[in-house]
Amino acid sequence: MNRRQAYEAAQRRRSLTVAALSTGGVLAGLILLVPLAPGWPAVKASFFDATVFAETFPTLLQAFLIDVMIFAWSVPLILALGLAIALARGARAPALFPLRIFGAVYVDVFRGVPVVLTIYLIGFGVPGLGLSRPWNSPYIWGTVALVLTYSAYVAEVLRSGIESVHASQRNAAICLGLSEGDTLRYVILPQAIRRVVPANMNMLVALQKDVALLSFIGPVEILRQAGIYKSLLANFTPYVVAAVIFLLVTVPATRYADYLLNRDRNARS
Amino acid sequence: MPEAKLVLQGVKKSFGENPVLCGIDLSIARGDMICLIGASGSGKSTLLRCINQLEPIDEGTILLDGQDISEPGIDLAPVRRRIGIVFQSYNLFPHMSALDNVVLAPRRVLHEASEALHARAAALFDRFGLAPHMAKYPDQLSGGQQQRVAVIRALAMQPEIMLFDEITAALDPELVGEVLNLLRQLRGEGMTMLLATHEMGFAREVADRVCFMDGGVIVEEGPPKEIFAAPKHVRTQAFLGAVLR
Amino acid sequence: MRKRLMVSVLTAMLASGVAAAQSCHEGKTLTAGKLTIATGNPAFYPWVIDDAPESGEGFEAAVAYALAAEMGIARDDVVWTRTSFDQAIQPGAKDFDLNMQQFSITEQRDQVVDFSIPYYTAPMAVLVRGIDGLVPEMETLKGLKWGVVASTTALPVVLQTIAPEESPLVYDDNINTVEAMKAGQIDAALFDLPTALYLAAVVLEGGQVLGQFAPEQSDNPDHFGALMTEGNPLKECVDTALATLKENGTLAAIEAEWLQEATGVPLIR
Repeated sequence: MNRRQAYEAAQRRRSLTVAALSTGGVLAGLILLVPLAPGWPAVKASFFDATVFAETFPTLLQAFLIDVMIFAWSVPLILALGLAIALARGARAPALFPLRIFGAVYVDVFRGVPVVLTIYLIGFGVPGLGLSRPWNSPYIWGTVALVLTYSAYVAEVLRSGIESVHASQRNAAICLGLSEGDTLRYVILPQAIRRVVPANMNMLVALQKDVALLSFIGPVEILRQAGIYKSLLANFTPYVVAAVIFLLVTVPATRYADYLLNRDRNARS
Repeated sequence: MPEAKLVLQGVKKSFGENPVLCGIDLSIARGDMICLIGASGSGKSTLLRCINQLEPIDEGTILLDGQDISEPGIDLAPVRRRIGIVFQSYNLFPHMSALDNVVLAPRRVLHEASEALHARAAALFDRFGLAPHMAKYPDQLSGGQQQRVAVIRALAMQPEIMLFDEITAALDPELVGEVLNLLRQLRGEGMTMLLATHEMGFAREVADRVCFMDGGVIVEEGPPKEIFAAPKHVRTQAFLGAVLR
Repeated sequence: MRKRLMVSVLTAMLASGVAAAQSCHEGKTLTAGKLTIATGNPAFYPWVIDDAPESGEGFEAAVAYALAAEMGIARDDVVWTRTSFDQAIQPGAKDFDLNMQQFSITEQRDQVVDFSIPYYTAPMAVLVRGIDGLVPEMETLKGLKWGVVASTTALPVVLQTIAPEESPLVYDDNINTVEAMKAGQIDAALFDLPTALYLAAVVLEGGQVLGQFAPEQSDNPDHFGALMTEGNPLKECVDTALATLKENGTLAAIEAEWLQEATGVPLIR
């Protein structure tokens, strides 16, 4: 070990110690001091009741499967429609001008309207036109509402990604004789999509939370179920249970996504 | 006189109010190597981009094997695959390995079977001394290596003529040589080539003919010996005087 | 018609027979010898028929006259007045002795005004749209797609009493529930009877109340009480009279007449 390495190692040890001490201090403070607060027993009973936790956990976990289901079938639809809208907005041929206008209007409308309104409008409105079961299901039309809204966001993100790919890449592809479609598919989109993965990740986390809005039109998913328990048991612990279940899924999912991104980055340098 | 591969007649091009090419006449025979020299902004790059139809021309005709390829409305893809072009900035596709960069267009455009194609691509890499780098990504290659991969990528389409737009201008000086060597090798193999270049020594050594461009016209053209040793035109003399000083 | 007559005769008979109650109200009413009763402005079916409480027709009008009679007040000495719902529930002096317009007895309200003992316990009722082919029997109800409002006690009733084959959908409020019914996403919804009658009459086009459950089948139902000023000495007289009416079956008879037969909402067994 040379002098510099020794110095850096010492520095590292010092910062580690400081970080560990301060984190431990804050945690200890929380654990020791909060229970001393005069209102703590009441707060504990309302939010952290172990019996209620155990009693509601299985049902809430089951209700969470509805969230997961809606999320799982929404995501591919959102990505596909978002891509289609992004491509429509980027269409170059003069004949496709109406398509470009449509794309722009679509994005403006669905980004501008609150998700809740879209869910009500599509979830109640479309079936109200006279569809019969099972085609009027709130699951179907609620999903449609989520897909419409989120694909508008994804389309904008993708479009910015497409535009960030330098024109020279396009030229190089065209000069090799690649068609417009192949240029997009093999040259532009792979680069564009890679650039917008982090932004879209955030979008998916937001979607995971907005899935709960479908409860407005009937489905008893986890947050609704927690609300029902809250009324029934006059206790907020079910919401804490819901939060725990959410975190159990979203934290590993985002970490895994980070890992994939890093691995991809490292593989190429 | 060998048959003319590419003929330009009265080619004009402006960007808005700004004329860039003001009537270019040029004839390139099969197997010729022509060097375009001239100051930056003299129209060399634009001329190359017009030949492969990246920029549509305003007036004049461009004939490839006697076929007018500048006619508005014709399908350009089949024309472009006969004319290879390499740019100053290599423009490799960064998300693909060197090999994938090379095989993409033949696979998609020429619909070559994958095995034969890979063999052919590997042979190309081998021929130009890049076999060890086939699997690498562009950001793992030096500038000179990237530019050579770009040339291989264009060659893989089996073009009948190659255009080079100042392909050594962005390289560090010590990397220029390997790219020029590749060009020498290509010339030896009989490729028809049109180069825009600032490498006067190279032009002098290998070109069949040198064209000096200035103000959107070819001011003077001839064998390199004549152009470099005894330029007739006063603008050619001034330019060469400045660069060869 | 015959039934109504019978009730009036019955109440008159009872009233004349109870001498002790006659003296109870003395000096406690706004106007000596008269009982001033407030109703809504306007008053609604089936609580008051045709907005004319003087006729004694409608559930609350009938209860009012029966109560007056039980308290020893002649029919002609009952004076009607009108208040809005919100006005009545404010603290302060009032221009009525009693106010009857479907006030639910709640703890918060009880702190600023006084309530009599309940004269009505709202049962759960089944709201449907288009009654064709539906019979108010448990077997039929099990096969329906149900909707309920999350914060009410309707959900446990649906799950435990009806136990439908498909799990119910849950909504934030009455309007969303009605909207889901319009969209054909649910067949039936459970509300308390007054709410169901209101929604069927005013909000949901084509809405009908299929049937009602016995009050003891709902969990923590709404109780309606006559509202009085806080600390009103008349409360004692009113409670005694109401207790008697309850005991001797008068209230049940009035309820059967106006809230089951007149509304055509049969009891589900």
